[in-house]
Amino acid sequence: MSDIRDLEQLIRAHPFSQGMSDEHIKMLTGCAKNMHFRPGAYLFREDEDADTFYWIRAGKVAMEVNAPPRGTIQIDSRSEGEPLGWSWIVEPYRWFCDARALEDVSALAFDGACLRGKFDQDLPLAYEMYRRFVPLIHRSLQATQLQLLDVYGAS
Amino acid sequence: MVPHPVSIRELQRETHDTFTLTLEPPDRDQGLSFIPGQFTMLYLFGTGEVPISISGDPAYPMRLVHTIRAVGSVTRTMQHMQRGSMLGVRGPFGKGWPVEEARGKDIVIIAGGIGLAPLRPVIYHLLRERGDYEHISILYGARCPADILYSRELESWGGRFDVDVSVTIDYATTDWYGDVGVVTSLLDKVRCDPGKTVVMTCGPEIMMRFAARELNRIGITDEHIYVSMERNMQCAAGTCGHCQYGPSFVCKDGPVFRLDRIRPFFGTREI
Repeated sequence: MSDIRDLEQLIRAHPFSQGMSDEHIKMLTGCAKNMHFRPGAYLFREDEDADTFYWIRAGKVAMEVNAPPRGTIQIDSRSEGEPLGWSWIVEPYRWFCDARALEDVSALAFDGACLRGKFDQDLPLAYEMYRRFVPLIHRSLQATQLQLLDVYGAS
Repeated sequence: MVPHPVSIRELQRETHDTFTLTLEPPDRDQGLSFIPGQFTMLYLFGTGEVPISISGDPAYPMRLVHTIRAVGSVTRTMQHMQRGSMLGVRGPFGKGWPVEEARGKDIVIIAGGIGLAPLRPVIYHLLRERGDYEHISILYGARCPADILYSRELESWGGRFDVDVSVTIDYATTDWYGDVGVVTSLLDKVRCDPGKTVVMTCGPEIMMRFAARELNRIGITDEHIYVSMERNMQCAAGTCGHCQYGPSFVCKDGPVFRLDRIRPFFGTREI
């Protein structure tokens, strides 16, 4: 019981849960576990089923794509206070890149597949999740556009 | 308006296309006093003149420092000059960063690429007068690790307990352990009170536009955002009209502008 209470507190303390209702926090708590990753460990790999998503509590994660012959390229990073991964909410629910811990990482891991399964019966929950994740996707798209422009390149 | 002949005291390579020139000041007794954010016109005899922001420490006017990116015929030639070679210098010109108005406030510095050079004097100033300012955050974005400007200084500033320094790059290989992503992605981690924050930003114009959008999103309004604009500055005195920007001249009324004062023109395609 105390573990669940601790987990709920960790979720409430995370910036991504700000403004979330008690009911939804309790629902998320039921799908969550606290995880730790050693440096070099993969949180997920490209093309795997995107059934889990993470809220990082501490540490830094590199998002990487293997691009032969250039090798592995880091395209983004996530750190403390940030959510990691939105492929769990968008079909076909597969990761589009690797996520590798650059240092010791503590994260809340959520069973995205379980949450997705509840969306049709619980529209407010679905709305709450999409309301939080769509801006992430939007900002990620904008950032990607800016990266593609190579703004720091020679003019 | 006549360039003073000065000699190159030091030439230091910063990145593959960027270098720093330390010049003897035109007045060897007084040096060249400047306000952080001002620029000079550097004249390469027989080739041409370019506007370059002063990137040295305003407390040391005897060291006239410019960090330059080799992108045109003048700057490419300067890149290969030797110690003791002569250049012409005019200035300093323009309006600088609002270091006085910013006293007592949180400060956010956002720089991209070579845009860190015009901001370095203001960073020196803020650190020297640290007690006069609240929380200070320096956010810097570069293309890749090899393109990071002033990496040793960034490391040293980041080692202080009273300044937050974040560096992010667009792309990295697996030996990079820092942040990856655009510089605006660092804004969510900045500790500041939006109502009493002054932001100073310099970098590619599109980066500054994105930064302004993100700053507005987190509650920092245009009158607290200062941008350093770049246009085709030639006379540096507001008479030739080459750097006209709406009703202003970048050389005389800028290069640092408060964003609300240029908002109608900021990002306008024809201007």
